[in-house]
Amino acid sequence: MADVVATHETIVVVGGGISGMTAAVEAAETGKNVILLERAPSLGGRVNQLYKYFPKLCHPTCGMEINLRRLRGNKRIRVLTQAEVLKVEGRAGDYKISVTLHPRYVNDHCTACGACGEAVATEIPNPFDYGMSRMKAAYLPSLMAYPQRYVIDPSILGTPDAEKAREACKYGAVDLDMKPETITLTAGAVVWATGWRPYDAAKIQPYGYDRFDNVITSVEFERLSDPRGPTGGRIVRPSDGKEAKNVAFIQCAGSRDRNHLKHCSRICCMASLKQTTYMRERFGDEAQSTIYYIDIRAIDRFEDFYQKVQADSTVRFVKSKVANITEDEATGDVILHGVDTEGYHRYDNRHDLCVLAVGMEPSADAKAIAGVAVDASGFIELGPTDGGIFGAGCAANALDVNRSVQSATASVLRAVQVVNRVAKAEG
Amino acid sequence: MGDINTAMAEQYRNNFLKEVEANVEEGQWVKMCMQCGVCSGSCPLGPAWEHPPQEIFMMIRAGRREEVLKSESMWMCTSCYNCIVRCPRELPITHIMHGLANYAHRLGLAPKMNPTRRFAKMFWNNLTKSGRVNEIELSVGLYFMDGFKTGIARAWAMKDIGLGMLKTRRLNPFGFVSHKGCKDKKGIHRMLKKAREIEDRRKGFAA
Repeated sequence: MADVVATHETIVVVGGGISGMTAAVEAAETGKNVILLERAPSLGGRVNQLYKYFPKLCHPTCGMEINLRRLRGNKRIRVLTQAEVLKVEGRAGDYKISVTLHPRYVNDHCTACGACGEAVATEIPNPFDYGMSRMKAAYLPSLMAYPQRYVIDPSILGTPDAEKAREACKYGAVDLDMKPETITLTAGAVVWATGWRPYDAAKIQPYGYDRFDNVITSVEFERLSDPRGPTGGRIVRPSDGKEAKNVAFIQCAGSRDRNHLKHCSRICCMASLKQTTYMRERFGDEAQSTIYYIDIRAIDRFEDFYQKVQADSTVRFVKSKVANITEDEATGDVILHGVDTEGYHRYDNRHDLCVLAVGMEPSADAKAIAGVAVDASGFIELGPTDGGIFGAGCAANALDVNRSVQSATASVLRAVQVVNRVAKAEG
Repeated sequence: MGDINTAMAEQYRNNFLKEVEANVEEGQWVKMCMQCGVCSGSCPLGPAWEHPPQEIFMMIRAGRREEVLKSESMWMCTSCYNCIVRCPRELPITHIMHGLANYAHRLGLAPKMNPTRRFAKMFWNNLTKSGRVNEIELSVGLYFMDGFKTGIARAWAMKDIGLGMLKTRRLNPFGFVSHKGCKDKKGIHRMLKKAREIEDRRKGFAA
């Protein structure tokens, strides 16, 4: 990777989700040189894994595509995938970033023809579907993957499967001798856009995510609803494959809870409201969606979306945080227990499927890696100590796509100022 | 007791929440409740409560003083701590329930015949008399709380457990006469009296 040129005027963007891609594109379009680092084998992040996303309920194939095109067409952006940042040291205008580049075992001769995937027999859980489906150990991370290159999973190295993959490739793209390497990049400013991960639902013991098949998370429900997902877009129960027409959504699953995440994750109310529209889309008037909530936080201009969902006769709202969930073993139905706040009625409600609207937590420890100030939940704070490292998107706060993009653009503006200062000083 | 009630009602007129904050153990937490309902749903005795904890908190904030203090609800708490463990705001709900019950009792508003209140009194008197619980006296007292006939019935129903405890020497059948208190009974009484004085002064109960 000696061909990666970085100077004190380079902006390094860590994380290639919607925020990082936006930051890279915006910075490059102002004429700065950008290195975009992504830990996964492909750009796109969690937005790619959604069926539809706010603000306009686009499919990722639409919204992401625009960003990808801007990114591909810009010569100032250098994208490094499977790049894991180990440490950021230095100060504004002069950062040293050590990065480990994990091997893909496929070089740039790859045409994504898929011959290696067909040749390989081993199957591994597919992280793109949150493990709800399995895929071949030689795979394209997703249909929209950028770069469009296959990946050989390290688990098959040294097995006959790996050799089969190499032999199947007509272009000599499979290179099983690749080794991880660690490089050091120089940068004037860093945009930290490592994003979020869903809170581990199994930690919310009373909801039984780890015990009951038919308790799933909101991100898994997105995959179920996606025609390209593990069920081909059929909303069915994991236990028996029966159509889930009666679905409960539990808000604040992990968020706003001092036993779990202290902050409000902000997107989950809108996500569940959105997911009730998937239910109507699939089942029409036969859909039954019930949202259990403490209070609906339809942020910003989305109040009208909330009102639209409220007007839908298939959607019911129950003002109550569910106390616990039990399973009817005979049918696999889940039974939600609690007391509602509007009248204090005790309920034991039966549903086909329960979706936990899990909270967001930062996916990387920015404080440990880059030494920046973070708040009690681990989100990067903007402060005088940050120097030339700027949080963007969900690394800085629990944000929806719209606000993540705004946040990324704002961070680029700050990063550009740092780099411009350096340029002036260097003459 | 009635006088203290009048004095308190006068002092905190129209602001029952403030009264609770000042006088009820952990009462300062009541305003933190966000009405999610997890406590009520998690309570194993929940269906037996007239007003679940979440509703009690709301009633306090709505100033429904008499209704709360005369309620049987908080006397239902068995201190299982399920609510505290699950409360997203870590409110010490169990302690607040006991605090409310105790406060209602001090004001003379607690339901007179509430069995929990009567047993708690019995336990307290039994314990403080000698500084150590006289188990046989306490259990016989509990069984015969509602008269001789029900007492016999209750004792009969529990006879197997009782005999088992006798066999394993967990219960001293001669406790009525042979029960020994702690060494310094008078010291304990002095301590309790002093503690009572301090609490009364702090809470403005001193007549």
